[in-house]
Amino acid sequence: MNEYAIQVEHVWFSYEGSEVLRDVSLALKKGEFLGIIGPNGGGKTTFLKLLLGILKPDRGRILILGDLPNTASQRIGYVPQNTDFSTRFPITVLDVALMGRLAWSRIGKRYSSEDYEKVRIALEKVGMWEYRTRPIGRLSGGQRQRVFVARALVTDPEILFLDEPTASVDQEFQVDLYGFLKELNKDVTIVVITHDVGVVSSYMKSIACVNKHLIFHEGGRITKEMVDMAYQCPVDLIAHGLPHRVLPTHEHED
Amino acid sequence: MWDALYLEFMRNAVVAGVIVSILCGVLGTLVVVNRIVFISGGIAHAAYGGIGLAFYFGLPPSAGAALFSVLISLIMGAASFKGKERADTVIGVMWAVGMALGIILIDLTPGYGVDLMSYLFGSILSVPTSDIWYMAVLAVAIVCTVVAFYKEFLAMSYDEEFSFIVGIPVRGLYFLLLVMISLAVVMTIRVVGLILVIALLTIPPYIAEKYTTSLGGMMVISSLLGIFFTITGLWLSYSFDLTSGATIIMVAGATFFFSLGVEWIKARKKVVGGN
Repeated sequence: MNEYAIQVEHVWFSYEGSEVLRDVSLALKKGEFLGIIGPNGGGKTTFLKLLLGILKPDRGRILILGDLPNTASQRIGYVPQNTDFSTRFPITVLDVALMGRLAWSRIGKRYSSEDYEKVRIALEKVGMWEYRTRPIGRLSGGQRQRVFVARALVTDPEILFLDEPTASVDQEFQVDLYGFLKELNKDVTIVVITHDVGVVSSYMKSIACVNKHLIFHEGGRITKEMVDMAYQCPVDLIAHGLPHRVLPTHEHED
Repeated sequence: MWDALYLEFMRNAVVAGVIVSILCGVLGTLVVVNRIVFISGGIAHAAYGGIGLAFYFGLPPSAGAALFSVLISLIMGAASFKGKERADTVIGVMWAVGMALGIILIDLTPGYGVDLMSYLFGSILSVPTSDIWYMAVLAVAIVCTVVAFYKEFLAMSYDEEFSFIVGIPVRGLYFLLLVMISLAVVMTIRVVGLILVIALLTIPPYIAEKYTTSLGGMMVISSLLGIFFTITGLWLSYSFDLTSGATIIMVAGATFFFSLGVEWIKARKKVVGGN
């Protein structure tokens, strides 16, 4: 049995001739709660897309649960950024959540009663079951994000990936979501891209800072090294006004 | 109108109009939500190249146009997948070159001149019964395909990336959609002409979108609207001796602006009510 959820070995990636990631490696154990931080344009989203198999590395190897990214598709869940969706698209909450039950092997078949049951449980978990017949475009950002979380959960994922899940949603949702993820983390490995370093330090077990290079820190604190590398990280820290948890006072803490 | 239905060409026109409306309702919905209106326009115009080829080589024009536009749609699809950045330019070039090719080939074809206008604006009153059968079979095949893969098309249209991750063959579905669009476009050219195909593909779904919360509902409403547009347009063109394709589109356009007006009034009422 493989103890690693994610193994990234010397991965290089460039997009249209410009280098995005250079010799990136990471080994994440199962049960981890990883926060990925870094400046805009530093390659966070690209890194996530490589893990999901949407992009292929130029060099190096990525294993998700010991498999190549695309073959692990039924064992992972993905919550995209909720900002790039058309609010006019005619689709209900229920139909969006059902998308999580799609698979190559079930193409052309109707959804089964088991599919509906799983979706009901997931929507109840995130508190969106009573909204199931609503068009998703009319929900608030936070409500829509809950539905995307439910959709990711109906695959019974072993790893859950979230891309900036709290971008453009209310503060209350942010607290709810991370509390929920913390609970979920008892069974599921979680990987979150985030801007919010305050959240990183209070919920996450380990941190990776991506800015062309990747620095990985098991133990959930942002190191001086990361700050130096990812120039914009400290700007975020100060802006969020949470320097007490974030800067490395950690030597005597353990 | 009713006495006109005793005429075979009029009956055929009505049936062709209904078939094309259903096709445009179903596929137009997918065109609108996937934002591939420009590709569809490109396919419609480039199809004229296929008509030219068919005349030049003495093949049936519908078959020539169908084959050619399927080919063109696959090339356009590949272009839009590969380099999204300049895909619109590539499509625009193929759009124009396809049409130019058609016109030149028809110039070079010996014998009587082909009536370009009937392809540009349609000739719904001259659809032979044999074509009706061909259209009906193709329409049934296309509608069945969309129904069979409905949940996959829905997922792909709403969230392509997520669909890819869960293992849906997004690229295959996209090309399948383009092939169906090109076949439907070739049929629609008979009814409203290649210039006006886009109107019949986009206007009904645009209106329908506001009155439903499901893609299937949008397809049904679009089809019904399309049927209303083609039948009303046909009746007006018969009564006032106008070009049928253009009249159908004018009915659609009038309804489009009417629905915009209704929306505007609703929005105003809400604002007034809110204060």
